[in-house]
Amino acid sequence: MTGTVLALELSYWQESLLRVLGVLLAVLLPAGALVYTFLFKMMSFMQSRLGPMEAGPYGSIQLLAEVGKFLQKEDLVPAQADRRLFLLAPYIVVASTFLIYVVMPFGPDAHFTSLDTGIFLAMALSSVSVIGILVAGWASANKYSLIGGLRAAGQLIAYELPLVLAVVGVVIQAGTLNLQGIVAAQHQGEIFGWGGIGNPFILTQLVGFLVFLAATQAELAQPPFDMPVAESEIITGYMTEYSGMRFLLFFIGEFATAGAFAAIGATLFLGGWAVPFVDLDDNMMNIAGPLVLFAKVMLVSFLIFWVRFTFPRFREDQLQAFAWKFLIPISLVNILATMALKVAF
Amino acid sequence: MPKPRRLKIPGIFTGMKITLLELLRTMFPKRGIKTLIPSPTRGAVTVQYPHESEAPTPRARGVIALKSENCTVCMLCSRSCPDWCIYIEGHKTKAPPRRPGGKERTVSALDRFDIDYALCMYCGICVEVCPFDALFWSPEYEYSEPRLADLLHDEARLNEWMETVPDFEPYEAGSEAKVRKVPR
Repeated sequence: MTGTVLALELSYWQESLLRVLGVLLAVLLPAGALVYTFLFKMMSFMQSRLGPMEAGPYGSIQLLAEVGKFLQKEDLVPAQADRRLFLLAPYIVVASTFLIYVVMPFGPDAHFTSLDTGIFLAMALSSVSVIGILVAGWASANKYSLIGGLRAAGQLIAYELPLVLAVVGVVIQAGTLNLQGIVAAQHQGEIFGWGGIGNPFILTQLVGFLVFLAATQAELAQPPFDMPVAESEIITGYMTEYSGMRFLLFFIGEFATAGAFAAIGATLFLGGWAVPFVDLDDNMMNIAGPLVLFAKVMLVSFLIFWVRFTFPRFREDQLQAFAWKFLIPISLVNILATMALKVAF
Repeated sequence: MPKPRRLKIPGIFTGMKITLLELLRTMFPKRGIKTLIPSPTRGAVTVQYPHESEAPTPRARGVIALKSENCTVCMLCSRSCPDWCIYIEGHKTKAPPRRPGGKERTVSALDRFDIDYALCMYCGICVEVCPFDALFWSPEYEYSEPRLADLLHDEARLNEWMETVPDFEPYEAGSEAKVRKVPR
């Protein structure tokens, strides 16, 4: 983003304020939309229920009611807890989510920063949440929290690898780490010499896309990979001792991260904010781009949540075996094949 | 002839098909061209309780109703109640003779018959044990109270519920037992 927005000269602090508001908007709106559309409604319909219906038409402002409820609750800290770390942990988790959006492109000029190492930074920042989760598990002074935290750490580290390896395939094909560059590469790509709809990488990197989805599911600790918060065994794992505002932060973190990963997936595999037949530099895309990206995010998160509401939980050893023995080899093969084809063509 | 081998779809996709079909069935329950109008309120099995109420089955154990005229203050129900939630008080009194010139009859009059629904666990032993057809199950269920103590319902209230008791259903064909009648 340059110093001008809609032909207005902005000073540094005005621009920073706009960016803060923009990140808040970009994180909270999709997170709310995901929770309402998928967690409240789609899950209910899949179980032949109606979901929330009382707050607003079709329960549309139920989420505000939930937030209000959480804000009223007492902020409990266990007596034995490591108080400062306990209070800090949710912020680490949420911060890692917010920071992913820093490199996310929403249009030709609508991005917070356009780094040349964009996707690398996003992957690195997304794994910061492991630290927050471990801190939460340790600082709670509760055996369930500790086990949950350790399980989460083991799982997130295991699934970080296939996630990154799946992204590597796209990066090789696009030839750049810059997310704007990846969007441009897909828009200008050609399918066997035909450049009609560009070349969304889901066509060439289908294996990568599926691995990315599976790894994303595990990174979010969602069913069927919800061993860290398995409520029948360890209550809610690292979130057990949290209440009120801090629990809400974990909750926002979970669904905002789902939105963030869906946005990364949409950018890497579905062409991001770009639409076929519309020029990349078209100024209109600064307004339409975010909406296009949002539509693609909803599509990817539909897949994520569809799987979430369908399958029962993996056992801990199955979960690790799935990452190490299946996803990682497959994504390595994918990388090798991509490399070979990249050199061949 | 060997069976033609059908292409086996992995269970992982079958599961996803099931949830997707249920989603579509709930969202688009209408047939024909109207299929495209999402109307989940018709598709879902949910009954939006305060706005519409569910019709309970006729034998539902909602509340226990009392036919005071049939009660002889025998205390069987009260004594068989596992929770001791039935309170009965009565006194002896004289009733006029059946035939003119006969002796006055001694009968028990009911002073108090309360059931504490805060204690009642709906086991139905009192209904089973009553030899005089005074206690019946009613499917009525809307009698919650803001105060716990107000769940002690008195004789008048129990008599009101008598109107909601449905008739006994006829037994299956060939049964020789006579169908019981609800005293009205």
